[in-house]
Amino acid sequence: MADIRNYTLNFGPQHPAAHGVLRLVLELEGEVIKRADPHVGLLHRATEKLAESKPFNQSIGYMDRLDYVSMMCNEHGYVLAIEKLLGIAPPVRAQYIRVMFDEITRILNHLLWLGAHALDIGAMTVFLYAFREREDLMDCYEAVSGARMHATYYRPGGVYRDLPISMPQYQASAWRSEAQIKKLNENRQGSLLDFIENFAQRFDGKVDEYETLLTDNRIWKQRTVDIGVVSAERALALGFTGPMLRGSGVAWDLRRKQPYEVYDQLEFDIPVGVNGDCYDRYLVRVAEMRQSNRIIKQCIDWLRKNPGPVMLQDHKITPPTREEMKDNMESLIHHFKLFTEGYHVPIGEAYAAVEHPKGEFGVYLVSDGSNKPFRLKVRAPGFSHLAALDEMSRGHLLADVVAILSSQDIVFGEIDR
Amino acid sequence: MASVEDLQQLIQARIGEHIHDTHIQCGQLTVRIMPEHLKAIATILRDDPDLHFEELIDVCGVDYQSYGMSEWVTDQATGTGFERAANRKQEVRVLGAMPARFAAVYHLLSVKHNHRVRLKAFLHEDFPAVDSVVEIWPAANWFEREAFDLYGIFFKGHPDLRRILTDYGFIGHPFRKDFPLIGNVEMRYDATQGRVVYEPVSIQPRTLVPRVIREDSRYAELNFPEGNKS
Repeated sequence: MADIRNYTLNFGPQHPAAHGVLRLVLELEGEVIKRADPHVGLLHRATEKLAESKPFNQSIGYMDRLDYVSMMCNEHGYVLAIEKLLGIAPPVRAQYIRVMFDEITRILNHLLWLGAHALDIGAMTVFLYAFREREDLMDCYEAVSGARMHATYYRPGGVYRDLPISMPQYQASAWRSEAQIKKLNENRQGSLLDFIENFAQRFDGKVDEYETLLTDNRIWKQRTVDIGVVSAERALALGFTGPMLRGSGVAWDLRRKQPYEVYDQLEFDIPVGVNGDCYDRYLVRVAEMRQSNRIIKQCIDWLRKNPGPVMLQDHKITPPTREEMKDNMESLIHHFKLFTEGYHVPIGEAYAAVEHPKGEFGVYLVSDGSNKPFRLKVRAPGFSHLAALDEMSRGHLLADVVAILSSQDIVFGEIDR
Repeated sequence: MASVEDLQQLIQARIGEHIHDTHIQCGQLTVRIMPEHLKAIATILRDDPDLHFEELIDVCGVDYQSYGMSEWVTDQATGTGFERAANRKQEVRVLGAMPARFAAVYHLLSVKHNHRVRLKAFLHEDFPAVDSVVEIWPAANWFEREAFDLYGIFFKGHPDLRRILTDYGFIGHPFRKDFPLIGNVEMRYDATQGRVVYEPVSIQPRTLVPRVIREDSRYAELNFPEGNKS
């Protein structure tokens, strides 16, 4: 008898469809997957160990770099855990700002996911469309924090500063004519809120554009329908959360079920899939973008009507303003202590979870009463999703692995941490 | 969603003989379990219709070796300056020690009843080992591999207990408190040998901000079951 052995294929770590640095060892029989063994950790930076060596606030910036396409949602999980242990809640305006930026982040994440997923399966145009809208949202990040991606905007006790009253504009340059600049700056004449409102009004139409390209597209359906099916029971057993779980028909959303900030006062629906295949996960995420847009509109309305503080005035935790620091002895001491030693978090442990665009992003924080976290564990949603890749891709063809992998919305910053 | 106190009583009633104690902080229930009964506990927690923890959210290790150690004396004057913290020679124990050095922490979620619980199993330093729960919750697979990789906690009965996050051939368990932040080896490409070589680290560890534990009157009334002041 002839000696027939399965073929082992190394997929990645430099493969463009591996979504970063995934090394996937595939055991193939012909073109059918027998076993998939993802090797992760190529982007491991020991974020959790680094956080143990610095005061609480200095790690917020590291959180941005975990899931580097949904930056502010990561910060949110970390900041909530600290606030839980400290027993503080930020002012309502800060909560609305956080919710608005969480939803902006969700759209940012889903746009990148949609573009990359479509590109992996062979639809080039969606990628360009998605990045056109991402650019506007990146500008919102930049206007509010000064950084397009790694914002470090959320702080325990609120957000770093209030929304700016003017939107940064394009400057004249040798590459753009006067008329072009004028056109680019058309929707940047007012405040940041005006800019976001303008975006929110346009965005539903843009989602229709993506859907026109994909939802009823025959090739798209051939590549995604009935690919990587996960039943509801199996999804729960495998630790799925977020759109992966909702795609399998479980109506579970932390924003509704265990509401944090002001989500209990906002109106939105939870889209749920039926079949648990790649196509349903696609539909869920597209519907989520529309719901996020709806939440953003409600937040804009509220924020316009209700000015107020965006940071707690408890200077044991949040720093005083520069002006106060220069005229007041007490403030000077607070400022000095906060920026040299940091604040102390009471003894104990807390777990805070947010509905991150990818699923449940949890932060488990253990404190021994010092100025640094004793142990910080980040529960990344993608980690359990990728762990299920073996089960999801068995029996599928090699080309389907790409579709399944990208339908999981994998980002290695959070999986490897 | 029943209150967390009701859940506490329910858990006491169902698995009371397998646990040391339970406590609630920040509205979250922590159950300190006896590690040898983990599998029995996990099965009950998953299958009992009133508890119904069908989803395992997270498993992680914790190393309590330097828990409650301050690098800075805060309650009296000292004759030395910042150097004493930067050199890390002196550590002052402020809080009492934990029952054991390592802990495996499990976060469970019930989607049906919308409640959460945290299980904590303290494991002895000499051979930190606990039963694997992969058979009960398949999600545990990679989480247990991660805790093994980073803390050296051994999960008995795990089908594939390999390292997951660290490099191929890595030595040591990097998240243990006695593993230096800068690591033990560094690597570079050696042009003469034509390959990547590993060498002992050439940088010095340093502390920018020392770890400080202070008496804080604001939190004095909070009562914590673990790490009471020594």
